[in-house]
Amino acid sequence: MLAYIIRRMLYAIPILIGVNLITFALFFVVNTPEDIARMQLGAKRVTPEAIEKWKGEHGYDKPLLYNAAANGTDKISDTIFFDKSVRLFVFDFGNADDGRSIGHEISTRMWPSLALALPTFLIGLLFNVTIALLMAFFRATYLDFWGVVLCVAMMSISGLFYIIGGQYLISKLWNLVPISGFSGGFDAFKFLALPVAVGVIGGVGSGARWYRSFFLEEMGKDYVRTARAKGLSENVVMFRHVLQNAMIPILTGVVVVIPTLFMGSLISESFFGIPGLGSYTIDAIQAQDFAIVRAMVFMGSVLYIAGLLLTDISYTLVDPRIRLE
Amino acid sequence: MLASRILPVLLALFLAGCGDIWNSPYSGADRGKSILYTSFAERPKHLDPAQSYASDEWEFTAQIYEPPLQYHYLKRPYELIPATTVEVPKARQYDTKGRELPATAPASAVAYSEYEIHIKPGIRYQPHPAFAKAPDGSPRYLSLSETEVGGKYEISDFPETGSRELLAEDYVFEIKRLAHPRFVSPIFGHMSEYIVGLKELGETLQKANQAMLAAHEKKYGKTDKGYPWLDLREYDLSGVTVVDSHTYRVRVKGKYPQFVYWLAMPFFAPIPWEADKFYAQRGMNEGRNLTLDWYPVGTGPYMLSENNPNARMTLERNPNFRGEPYPSEGEHGDEKAGLLADAGKLAPFIDRIVFSREKEGIPYWNKFLQGYYDNSGISSDSFDQAVRIGLEGDAALSPQMDERGIQLKTSVGASTFYLAFNFLDPVVGSLSERSRKLRQAVSIAVDWEEFISIFANGRGIPGMGPLPPGIYGYRDWQDGFNPVVYDWVGGKPQRKPIDTAKRLLAEAGYPDGRDQKTGQPLVLYLDTAGRGPGDKSRLDWYRRQFAKLNIQLEIRSTDWNRFQEKIRAGNTQMFFLGWNADYPDPENFMFLLNGPQSRAKTQGENAANYANPEFDRLFEQMKNIDNGPERQALIDQMVKIARQDAPWVWGYHPKDYSLSHAWMRNGKPNNMARNGLKFLRVDSALRERRRAEWNNPVFWPVIALIALLAVGTLPAWLSYRRRERSAGRVVAHSVPPGRGG
Repeated sequence: MLAYIIRRMLYAIPILIGVNLITFALFFVVNTPEDIARMQLGAKRVTPEAIEKWKGEHGYDKPLLYNAAANGTDKISDTIFFDKSVRLFVFDFGNADDGRSIGHEISTRMWPSLALALPTFLIGLLFNVTIALLMAFFRATYLDFWGVVLCVAMMSISGLFYIIGGQYLISKLWNLVPISGFSGGFDAFKFLALPVAVGVIGGVGSGARWYRSFFLEEMGKDYVRTARAKGLSENVVMFRHVLQNAMIPILTGVVVVIPTLFMGSLISESFFGIPGLGSYTIDAIQAQDFAIVRAMVFMGSVLYIAGLLLTDISYTLVDPRIRLE
Repeated sequence: MLASRILPVLLALFLAGCGDIWNSPYSGADRGKSILYTSFAERPKHLDPAQSYASDEWEFTAQIYEPPLQYHYLKRPYELIPATTVEVPKARQYDTKGRELPATAPASAVAYSEYEIHIKPGIRYQPHPAFAKAPDGSPRYLSLSETEVGGKYEISDFPETGSRELLAEDYVFEIKRLAHPRFVSPIFGHMSEYIVGLKELGETLQKANQAMLAAHEKKYGKTDKGYPWLDLREYDLSGVTVVDSHTYRVRVKGKYPQFVYWLAMPFFAPIPWEADKFYAQRGMNEGRNLTLDWYPVGTGPYMLSENNPNARMTLERNPNFRGEPYPSEGEHGDEKAGLLADAGKLAPFIDRIVFSREKEGIPYWNKFLQGYYDNSGISSDSFDQAVRIGLEGDAALSPQMDERGIQLKTSVGASTFYLAFNFLDPVVGSLSERSRKLRQAVSIAVDWEEFISIFANGRGIPGMGPLPPGIYGYRDWQDGFNPVVYDWVGGKPQRKPIDTAKRLLAEAGYPDGRDQKTGQPLVLYLDTAGRGPGDKSRLDWYRRQFAKLNIQLEIRSTDWNRFQEKIRAGNTQMFFLGWNADYPDPENFMFLLNGPQSRAKTQGENAANYANPEFDRLFEQMKNIDNGPERQALIDQMVKIARQDAPWVWGYHPKDYSLSHAWMRNGKPNNMARNGLKFLRVDSALRERRRAEWNNPVFWPVIALIALLAVGTLPAWLSYRRRERSAGRVVAHSVPPGRGG
């Protein structure tokens, strides 16, 4: 298994280079280094000299991908792409275009992101699996039918509606929790209660329906019939046998997202005023800050690759028949 | 079992965080304290006064830094008064031989002007580690090793602080920083045209820095960014000199009366060399943000105690602030409005200002209504909820706002929003009669009164020329209406009928919107920075305005960067732009139409590339003289020329609407200054009462929801029981014969 993990990690390197190249190309197709400089310097009284000076200060005065004027390896290394991308591979994110440390921002912002995403993920998973199990348990009854109808309805509603509706009902009309904001320590609980609840409810429709299909598929298999034939109660059949065997497809979708929880939620963080990495990314896109965008895309790619690897490893844990070679 | 243990713990945590008002976003420990709660939407890019040039950044820096001058808090028109100086400096003018000239000397005779600025003694900096002293009197933190810096991540990690008196050299140091080679000051280009020696200093510093960086690269390698400190005190700036400990002198080229306005901006605030050296130590900026751009050091009424631009920025009262008397005079009506009740009392009145980040409008507005923000602007979404516009166009609060004691304050901003014709375009952009009449026709057809009503909720007044109200030279009412676009009817300006515009269009050679020579329909092009579906209604409205003259309007949408690029290159025909005043002087608006400042030719601020030699000649005269009848006469002539030439469709001047709660005192909109928070007062006891009244938690819906869930689950439970009991029989019936057992 160790050889497999090392091999997968080596595979990740060309993938990450590719991701960097694509991000770089997409970003600079719409933004020239001059645009970035103008965005940072503002619209008033900006002289061409100031633009050039800013570009020089921030390393945007070099060619994008190939430096024909340089010698030897500098043709490749003395470029914006090389300068801005290579250090990412040792997780040196450098400074944002406004001069502030990206590493510092990531290290402070990942905790609020995680504080929101982790409970939303865990409670949501528990909720979705429970509801899916209930629907599967009461399959082909009115409970199952109306449950599916409700799930379809809920998954058809925009996530924004849950956020605004939740803020209006819970915070504005009933005055139970703050509308938005964030604080550390115990105070975090009152700020996170609503976004977590909204995140869980917003995800129940699609999640429960998805897991229900796994459970139903498992319930049609021979071992379930055998278990019932042996006289096991439906409780035991569902929770000991069906749930355990449905774990593989569930893990496929679940484990892969665990590392990416650090990256936060773009919309929830903005609406609930949670200073996480999601809102950091949105801010950077709006401000055309390439340094942050590339760092966040790189982080997202690394975490996603880590998630896929974890998924493979988790297979071996839940299904002894699977071996990684 | 697990749930029964966890739930009470979670509930206890929740209740501990809530206090008796459940939805308060603030700590219970701060209740009743003298704190102003406000918000910010965008994280400030810069807090370094040499780099910061955005109004939302000045919201912070203006409370911390003190430039030499400031605007009077209450008086209108805006008036410059001393901040840290003894008086507002007067320019002394000299000719090329260094002989002093009278104030009335023509601009052409003036080789340079000198401003001698006297600082009040006894002003002290906020407590800061840069000033801390060791027992032997040497600086405590100015020679730290990399290892010593290694353990510090916040400014509070330096336990010792100190202070010192503000000196004239600190102002000189900051002016030198405008030319700093390691960052870009947005006004360096402009100021180097005026301040004697600044351009040369920039070049000298650039060379010195390059030599320094080359030596550094040799020692530490290419990627190391821990550059050594560049001590600006070692470099002379010929036009700026320290006269004595509390006096400095600035020499500017020629006559530049607007220079005093710049002295009221944070660019000219003092920076102590100790702070610059402190933050330049190796390791300070390596992943720690220990920079002047992050932790300002000033003499103002407040100091930044928390800098978390992701969530919250907090200003605390500067314990070393000398106290500033609240103004004892204002404009007409201020006394009646209670704005002079604190006259002569020493500000600041509030101990702490908490800025919370609110990126979205809905949560921000709702928190204001709950009393968690003390003041608020009004977005388009909440305008109808907050304001009622009367038949006469007068704005009043809605009953809901009135009931809460909310106060509405309006003011016309020192800004303008206009539709520009590019003068480099052969169709719309020359001084020929044909193009001029076409522009005049369009000016009449585009109905700004309707635009303001539909798209700005009535928040604006139609422009009659380049100057907005409140700027010297602006004329009001019958003296100030634009006779090219309006008639004076029934005691007010009335837009000319569309037939007049059609006649002008025909005279321009486009009868009924067709070219007289070719018979082809007239097509005009509007460049715009396309945003999204939300703009469609506005773009349709523009098309309709031009359609009144049978002109086809083609809209060329692009992104903001390309839009700016097209304007810079002069590749547009028409476009919308706006301008916010830097200072309340007509020069700051008229220069937008000054030929030599053409955007396409010189990268200046004249985006329309308008050039009329007579206008430019008058501009040169007008910009250099003091306000008075002579200047007014010049402005009147310039406005008349501009109206006739119509390089802009004059658009509108936006009106600012702001709301504040009943517990706020002394609030008055000020479009020029951002340093007015020191004069605000808050009645914390009233705020607490109102918050408690408005935010009673409502529990019954939650109980009802739980009950509903329980009732909803009951059939499932019953069904489960029934199934468990009947399973054997059902399965037995369902097994086909021959397959059982």
